[in-house]
Amino acid sequence: MIIKGGTVYDPTNGIFGEEMDISIENGKVVEKAKTGDVIDAKGLLVMPGGVDAHAHIAGAKVNTGRIMRPEDGRRGLEPKTKLLRPSTGYTVPNCYAMGYRYARLGYTTTFEAATPIIESRHTHEELEEIPIIDKGALTLFGNNWEVLECARDGDIDKLAAYISWGLRASRGYGVKVVNPGGGEAWGFGGNVTGLDDPVPDFDVTPREIIRSLMKANEMLRLPHSVHLHTNNLGKPGNYATTLETLKAVEDIASSMDRQVLHITHMQFSAYGGTGWRDFESKAPEIADYFNKHDQFTMDMGQLIFGSATTMTADAPLEYANARLLHAKWSNHDIELEESSGVVPLSYGRKMPINAIQWAIGLELALLTESPWKILMTTDHPNGGPFVNYPEVMTLLMSKPKRDEEIATLHSLVPKRSTLATLDRELDWGEIAIMTRAAPAKILGLKDKGHLGIGADADVTIYNLNPEKIDPSKDYKKVKEAFSLAKYNVKGGEVVVKDGEIVSLPQGRTYWVDATVPEEHALRVEADLVDKFTKYYSIQKSNYMVQDAYVTNPMVVKAGVI
Amino acid sequence: MVVLLKTIMISGRTLGQGATCESKTSSEFFKATSFCSLSEGDYNNLRIKEGENVLVTAPFGQVVVSAQNDDGLPPGVIFIPMGPWANVLVGPDTGGCGTPQYKGIEVEVEATDMKVKDVRELFADLDKAERKVRS
Amino acid sequence: MIIEDVLCPFCGCLCDDIKVEVEENQIVGVKRACRLGSSKIRGHERIKAPMIRVDGKLVETTYEDAYEKAARILLNAKRPLLYGWCSTVCEAQKKGVLLAEELGAIIDSTATVCHGPSIIGIEEKGLAGSTLGQIKNRADLIVFWGSNPGEAHPRHAQRYSSNSQGKYTPEGRKGRKVIVVDVRKTRTAKNADKFIQIRPGTDYEIISALRMIVAGKGDTLPEHIAGVSKADLEEVAEMMKSARFGSFLFGLGLTHTRGRYKNIDNALSLVAALNSHTKFVVMAMRGHYNVTGFGQVCAWETGFPMSVDFSRGMPYFNPGETAACDVLGRRETDAMLVIAGDPASNFPKTVVEGMADIPVIQIDPFENPTTYLSDVVIPSAVAGVEVEGTAYRMDGLSLRMKKLVDSEYPSDEEILANILECVRRLRDDN
Repeated sequence: MIIKGGTVYDPTNGIFGEEMDISIENGKVVEKAKTGDVIDAKGLLVMPGGVDAHAHIAGAKVNTGRIMRPEDGRRGLEPKTKLLRPSTGYTVPNCYAMGYRYARLGYTTTFEAATPIIESRHTHEELEEIPIIDKGALTLFGNNWEVLECARDGDIDKLAAYISWGLRASRGYGVKVVNPGGGEAWGFGGNVTGLDDPVPDFDVTPREIIRSLMKANEMLRLPHSVHLHTNNLGKPGNYATTLETLKAVEDIASSMDRQVLHITHMQFSAYGGTGWRDFESKAPEIADYFNKHDQFTMDMGQLIFGSATTMTADAPLEYANARLLHAKWSNHDIELEESSGVVPLSYGRKMPINAIQWAIGLELALLTESPWKILMTTDHPNGGPFVNYPEVMTLLMSKPKRDEEIATLHSLVPKRSTLATLDRELDWGEIAIMTRAAPAKILGLKDKGHLGIGADADVTIYNLNPEKIDPSKDYKKVKEAFSLAKYNVKGGEVVVKDGEIVSLPQGRTYWVDATVPEEHALRVEADLVDKFTKYYSIQKSNYMVQDAYVTNPMVVKAGVI
Repeated sequence: MVVLLKTIMISGRTLGQGATCESKTSSEFFKATSFCSLSEGDYNNLRIKEGENVLVTAPFGQVVVSAQNDDGLPPGVIFIPMGPWANVLVGPDTGGCGTPQYKGIEVEVEATDMKVKDVRELFADLDKAERKVRS
Repeated sequence: MIIEDVLCPFCGCLCDDIKVEVEENQIVGVKRACRLGSSKIRGHERIKAPMIRVDGKLVETTYEDAYEKAARILLNAKRPLLYGWCSTVCEAQKKGVLLAEELGAIIDSTATVCHGPSIIGIEEKGLAGSTLGQIKNRADLIVFWGSNPGEAHPRHAQRYSSNSQGKYTPEGRKGRKVIVVDVRKTRTAKNADKFIQIRPGTDYEIISALRMIVAGKGDTLPEHIAGVSKADLEEVAEMMKSARFGSFLFGLGLTHTRGRYKNIDNALSLVAALNSHTKFVVMAMRGHYNVTGFGQVCAWETGFPMSVDFSRGMPYFNPGETAACDVLGRRETDAMLVIAGDPASNFPKTVVEGMADIPVIQIDPFENPTTYLSDVVIPSAVAGVEVEGTAYRMDGLSLRMKKLVDSEYPSDEEILANILECVRRLRDDN
């Protein structure tokens, strides 16, 4: 197939608005296709398929959200068609809706943000049922007993071997860390208050956990860096913890051509003030730090007004949310590994805290000079559902739109955030970086997020002419165009045409198979045998995710050299 | 004189019922599920003769089961293992939530010389072998 | 040959340490399983062949014929009900949802006569829970409310709760307190440190009273609440508040009695409130080994965990209106498929009457009273013994059931796939 004459944005390869053809053969971008269909993309915006590096799309937490929120299931109902199964849900869509809606947005790859090892079978059962998109899952390592013990002992070799084993057991892609140490403390209802607050009974601090995991991650040469949800997330004044965390790891070098640490949904970790009364944005301080340091990346975690379902392994945070908002509260602590919570809530324009939070996400993106350092996300569905990505994109591209929105918000916004003073409007190239090129690079997906020779043929054509439309003024048209792709080509196959799903290929599930020296693998094995004998409630032989649950794998090799 | 005991029926799981629930046509299942338990006092008050059973009557049906006494039960509560005999007594109302009320049904209990039906007999009025249904 | 680490296909404990001895494709020994699991794994007499009812009699036929017949029945119906699902694996459940979607049928599981009210309670309040291993490793207080694991989940106490040992609970039973609340002194109550006997139908008031005491408002309570002394309740509340890690495990004593889901709502609120004093988790003691699995599969496929009506072409969920007992009770159902369940035995007889005048298809390895009401009977392989597949434990943990022996019988998944194929073919032919 040839996509002819589109106005192409392929930032990875330095292409910003060139009229060119994209040739596709056997699911890959090639120099020149021999034969095939022609898609006329003249005068239309062409980008690589969207890559979402952080969303909660599959697994126990998501399903808990569905089960406890039938009121959400009743929204977003779309009946079955000859091709499609029914869609349900807004913040917690059913599996089919997940795939269809991402595809209609022009996305082709999405990564599940957090899977606990022991419950990863469930994660994969759901991922298998999400059509079209390529996917992967990041495995949780921030509170596992084996991790805490290795970090306490400074045994990076054994920790690397445990990560290798854990990724295989969960068919996971990378190392996810959420409120390190706090999840274990929550086992008895506690939490950690900062980087140097020791985890009860384990004699190790969050600082040591993060550093150890990062060192092990780099030793293993994993495609992605450690992906961190900071301690004290959601608390006024937590920007100090965030900066302290970054400073705590400045000396650690990446072993690959990428960041050494990715901090996720930074909006929730960029708060000033001492309480809710003097709550304010510290986005400028955070952005300033990122502008001065090239080894770190983040994603926005933008708020969307309306209904959201918060779901996170930061269980103490969810308990606090539920109490504050008198909301229904689900909690799920996972033996030897993690905790999690799910709380439905609603973000209001006139709620001062929510309005400031909304401003913070946008501030972070606009104040960070390089779009390669900050991805566009809403931490779906914590900040808001991913179907609202076009809203975020147009807010970033249009100052008039931002001004219009700010006028509807609580009057505290201009006092507690600099957003209203920011004139910067991101252009097509910067948006393409934040939603395609950068997430792929940050995740270490070398064939995604770009349209160079050899890339996966994931291409989106949007129904707008980037030369003729001024996104600053015509943001309504831009949002409309971004909401329903004119074409979504996935692996060389047209999956969306004029906003309609026309094909349902099964995506691949990426996971990392990392090798380690046998000596350390055996030491981990001995620890695991001990833990399964004494503490786990299941047998070790029943623990690992079996092949049956990952029917279309894409295995990425890594390991200690 | 027939003693009519007003009592509350609850049904529930037992080891015997669970162990035989995949062989419901067996005599083991019959033994495990077609009886009721009463407190010793209630049992004695009913003056059940040797070889007799009890007739339990609820607004929606009545069933004959054999009777035992169980010192764990308080007076005024009759326990029947979950299953076809207990469910003759359960009404169709789902309380607006889809689940019938299997526990806490007001029943009357009296001694009887009627036999306990086996599981096939219990369903005789519904058994399609006894009726001709359009296929 | 001994097969190790077998998963038991009976109750919600989903024990995965069973040892099964197999010789010449026969199961000759089962170790570690309780009486319930052992009985299931060893097996029972099977339905020999597919049957179709002709002039009242069940006559043997071929699988192909049975699939065709079943497909015709379902296609001809205006309001078919696909019910059961809990004693089979997720792979079959997924086929069931697909079949229901394509037929515009109602799909419901045995949860609606079991812990359905718990699901509704969770929809109101959420579930502050954990995996069973957390209870094993941390709980120094176990509360069984309206639950009798001694008879329904025999290995639960040893593996996960009262008698288990873990990292923070090395003393096992000695290091814990067990409270049992029930209307009668059950087998479980005999192992309790404190037993509170309550009158049937008074759970809601007692839980409310406990909530008040926990919130420091016990002074306004009378000396007796529904026959239970305030002093007893104050003792229970104190035990709960002073636990390091408390757990509240409840069963059908709460879901089946007056109030149904409101009892659960109240219990969930109590546990949430206790969390402001100490760590407390709640666990629904699910009965069947994969009833949780159906809820999970149905939720991620349709957005709702049970009682889903597809007649509008998209899922509609309203237990009280769309649950199996509701539609059968209202005589709305005009055809029924029963799989891995026995509604004739387990529904109120007045509701079972709704099955007598409609065509019923049964898919099951074993004959049971539903067979007396069936018009098409399709014997299947036993999931977890003859068929491998996924199941979810009561705490939501998913594990893979093993296949221990070969079987001539088709799996539930295969049967459903065949019926679906017939449905599609017959529909296209029209």
